[in-house]
Amino acid sequence: MSILTEIVENLIVGDDEKVSALTQKAIDDGVLPKQILDDGLIAGMNTIGQQFKNHEIFLPDVLMAARAMYAGMDKLRPLLLKEGIPSPGKVVLGTVRGDLHDIGKNLVGIMLKGAGFEVIDLGNDVSPEKFIQTAREHDAAVIGMSALLTTTMSAMKEVTYQLKEEGLAGRIKVIVGGAPVSAEFAVEIGADAHGYDAANAVERVKSLISEN
Amino acid sequence: MKPLLERIRMGETLVADGAMGTMLFAKGVESGQCPELVNLNSPQLLEEIAGLYFDAGADILETNTFGASPLKLAQYGLEDKMAEMNRAAVRAARNVVGERAYVAACCGPSGRILKPYGDCDPEEVYDGFVKQMICLIEAGADCICVETMIDLAEEVLAVKAARSVSPTIPVTATMTFDATPRGFFTVMGVTIERAAAGLREAGADVIGSNCGNGIEDMIEIARQFRRCGDMPLIIQSNAGLPELKDGHPVYGETPEFMAEKAHELLDIGVSIIGGCCGTTPEHTRAIRQMVDSSIYE
Repeated sequence: MSILTEIVENLIVGDDEKVSALTQKAIDDGVLPKQILDDGLIAGMNTIGQQFKNHEIFLPDVLMAARAMYAGMDKLRPLLLKEGIPSPGKVVLGTVRGDLHDIGKNLVGIMLKGAGFEVIDLGNDVSPEKFIQTAREHDAAVIGMSALLTTTMSAMKEVTYQLKEEGLAGRIKVIVGGAPVSAEFAVEIGADAHGYDAANAVERVKSLISEN
Repeated sequence: MKPLLERIRMGETLVADGAMGTMLFAKGVESGQCPELVNLNSPQLLEEIAGLYFDAGADILETNTFGASPLKLAQYGLEDKMAEMNRAAVRAARNVVGERAYVAACCGPSGRILKPYGDCDPEEVYDGFVKQMICLIEAGADCICVETMIDLAEEVLAVKAARSVSPTIPVTATMTFDATPRGFFTVMGVTIERAAAGLREAGADVIGSNCGNGIEDMIEIARQFRRCGDMPLIIQSNAGLPELKDGHPVYGETPEFMAEKAHELLDIGVSIIGGCCGTTPEHTRAIRQMVDSSIYE
């Protein structure tokens, strides 16, 4: 079995120690960091995303796999930086003002990182100003907002409105998601995309960034 | 009042009330703030809501203490208000119903994910639940209602916390399931079979499901619970799944629809039938009528 396949398999079962050790071994063996990332860590998270989507695995399995992925990334990140390999993009992520439900947002964060994106996670109860200010500071391509409560969804509109006011609409793209959030709602508030689940959110972020 | 569990053992079907959050929002409580703040700031609102559900025929009234565990309150920086919030909610319900209905003290998830999947020590969650249970039981709750859980391990801790404070207080324990093409699972992947076995083992008296589904899926969930054994069951259905209309959530299932369907829960032998998100005193009234009229069938 190739070492990359071993990384994938251990990532899927959530063995962070093995993924860390195997990533180090791959680096020492001279496998290119970009290849370890794409064919090891990202490939493993792709499988996890697919199985989760099919309800073959559940949140605990995803959390364990994510931990294994992070363990591998810790080994890989310094090398990726040194070689100047750019991430596919930066995403500022958070649950909107008034909303403390973060399971969905955390899943999206995990899947985005698993797809190689840099994620700046602002946590829960994030104000519109904070979303925009952080995206500016980090030169992020995308703002991702999540809401579980129908009553907090309207805070999303404040972000799209302010981006427009500040002439940033289109330069900083907005994706929204969460149980009560529909594609129609996304259009209505002027968001650029709607992710209906974590895997779909990653697909949509990819296409938003490739539009830029 | 006859003890709750005795009535269940005699084969009676009890009616529990409907949604609390839906009613609070309808009465102007703002979403985003801690929903239990109302217990301190305007307990008369809780009395008003309890009164509506009692008048609609509920045998069991839930307290507004779903998020009043120390860990959950800590997310709002309100953990120092824990004791008073729990006591005030039990008091408000009791003021209204006296000994004419049961006050069910509600306890929801801590909002944290337990190790090894998350960062929270099980002991910390258990200690928090014990503190909440002490307040609820000392304030005179007739039963404890642990609900909307997705992690079986956490719910077991809550049930055991209640048991540690009172070995005899009736405890109902429900989980929230999602309907998937592969069957019903909680977000954490718990099946109905595992829930039934685990909750019984933990010492719950009545088990079942609340939230997450409309009445039709809830009937199927009840059937599957029934196949797992002869434990008394509780089902608290949403009034369907919310759809957004003009920026507001609308729950589609009417009181009549829900009550008519809920008749099947009687056939399955469900002991407690109540409502969750989107249900109102009108739903409770319709379920009450359905249960009462079935006695004469």
